[in-house]
Amino acid sequence: MILDIIISGLISGSIYALLAIGFSLIFGVARIINIAHTAFYMVASYCIYFGTHKLGLHPIWGMMAAVILVTLFGLICYKLFIDPIREHEAAVLIGTIAMAIAMQEIMLLIFTGDYLSVPSLIGGYLKIFDVKVFYQQVLTFGMALLILAALWALLMKTRLGLAIRSTAEDREVANLMGMNESRVAMITMGISVGLAALTGAVIVPLTTLSPFMWMHPLIMMMAVVVLGGLGSIKGSFVGAYILGFAEAMVVFLAPMGAYLKGSVALSIMILVLLIRPEGLFGVAFEEER
Amino acid sequence: MGILGFYLRKLFNIVKREMLVLPSRIVVGLFFLVLLLLPVVTQDPYVLRILVLTSIFAILAASWDLLSGFTGQMNFGHALFFGVGAYTAALLNLHAHIPPWGSIPLGGLGAVLAGLIIGIPCLRLRGTYLALTTLAFPIILMGIVFAFSNITGGELGVSGLSRLSGSRLSDYYITVVVMLGLCTIMWKITDSNTGIIFHAIREDEVAVRAAGINTTRYKLLAFCLSGFFAGISGGLYAHFMRIAGPSTLEVSMSFTVVIWAIFGGIVTIYGPVGAVFILFPLLEFFRFWPEYRMLMFAVIVLLTLLYMPDGLFPWLRDKVETECPRCKIRNVATRKTCRVCTAPLD
Repeated sequence: MILDIIISGLISGSIYALLAIGFSLIFGVARIINIAHTAFYMVASYCIYFGTHKLGLHPIWGMMAAVILVTLFGLICYKLFIDPIREHEAAVLIGTIAMAIAMQEIMLLIFTGDYLSVPSLIGGYLKIFDVKVFYQQVLTFGMALLILAALWALLMKTRLGLAIRSTAEDREVANLMGMNESRVAMITMGISVGLAALTGAVIVPLTTLSPFMWMHPLIMMMAVVVLGGLGSIKGSFVGAYILGFAEAMVVFLAPMGAYLKGSVALSIMILVLLIRPEGLFGVAFEEER
Repeated sequence: MGILGFYLRKLFNIVKREMLVLPSRIVVGLFFLVLLLLPVVTQDPYVLRILVLTSIFAILAASWDLLSGFTGQMNFGHALFFGVGAYTAALLNLHAHIPPWGSIPLGGLGAVLAGLIIGIPCLRLRGTYLALTTLAFPIILMGIVFAFSNITGGELGVSGLSRLSGSRLSDYYITVVVMLGLCTIMWKITDSNTGIIFHAIREDEVAVRAAGINTTRYKLLAFCLSGFFAGISGGLYAHFMRIAGPSTLEVSMSFTVVIWAIFGGIVTIYGPVGAVFILFPLLEFFRFWPEYRMLMFAVIVLLTLLYMPDGLFPWLRDKVETECPRCKIRNVATRKTCRVCTAPLD
């Protein structure tokens, strides 16, 4: 029981962390609330399904192709629909909502609403205290940590990371210092969508695919971002595991837990916000200029 | 007779001098007339049903605009008010046997209570934090609805409510008159002193506070007012469909309201109402290709936004009217001089 909670909490926590960091990156740099973020994750999962089942690719090639294709697709969507209306925040907001709905409907048309699944990369399991731990679960968790580490290195150790962080801090000054703001936004969008696609690739063997699978992660991702503090990567990381474990505990311990898991996790978020309105690790922003 | 004549003449003057001079006002007048006289032309139950639902959602979209458009407090969880209104009306009707004319306003009051409960903690948050937090509330309530399914009916919802009225035609008149009335009230509110303070809070909250106005109180007032109107629309929906189900609390419901309001143009009240009257029947029209329905909806919204990012109705209004540079009064675009101060327009 305890081990079940730990495994499920670690896995969903890592997934939320990956999604939330991608979401808060693009929010920080371009001030875009990208509702379609988890829709890209859904599209990536379907791409992998298509690659492995219909084209007969090896799952690893399928995943790589899916990540690249979805990143390109995300950049095209950004260039076509979001970039021309960047100045109108409200319009960007419903633009991304409409994009998410459109993707959901296209997937519904192509793959129908049936639940689909992708075989795991490696079979087998090991037993710890009579609890089966599938190798795929270990792999997913390891991959998630690896991606997070790579992202941290990218943001903290490279010039591009410096540009992203400084644009997030102050767009105008970063522009004055010679950073091409719109190009940084474009690159960040690419990284953010790429992260969503990678998340899809990592989690796809453990879940069932449906065109509506983006809704629940979307809500949890937003809760994580708010809980951890907008724009704080450490905050997203900690918040993701808090909510992931909260969900896992409710599912395994409370009666009717499956219905209440979202409610309890979101209530935790609201309780934290009551005490710290700027989130766990957020800095109280000054008035936006 | 003399008094009646006086008022008639006054009404005639208002219509002639204030309403017929601007195309947008003529359109609003025509909209009222067409809606009220439509049953003379057709009494097709299907058409009436669509218009009833459209009116109900028009109230909802306008109430979102009152809160999020005017005070700038982005609310992503507007379905909460709608759902609370629907469930309150449904449970009161089913268990306490309160007829619709009582249960719908009580549903509105229930939504006001919900507005207070979420407003008080949420008003410490700002901007994006607020938007993302409000998204959580309908989902929490949905979890509770599913967990206590012996009271709320779980997935099936509360069904078997009494009808709004005896016939489809009277249903139509009730909802349309309520819609026109409530939207006029909302528009009046936004035009009053309170409405000006709402505007100011959106533009610059610090400045409003510096002017000695308790902004928290006004934001809470906006939450309650918006909750009341949204709750009434929820109650109407429950009684018209005769069921209050968890679909009223879904995330997609909250998102649809946001889409309607922003598509029509926020900070206008008439924008969201008009947008619902365009988009909702359009969605019904697409039922001939059911699988492409939502896709077409999304594509239309995306393409419209590329050309009119401020919303459809402000764009249209700017095409047919210009603002006088001196006295800020609106004129028909064809005029050369302002109709009030005769300053040249360009």
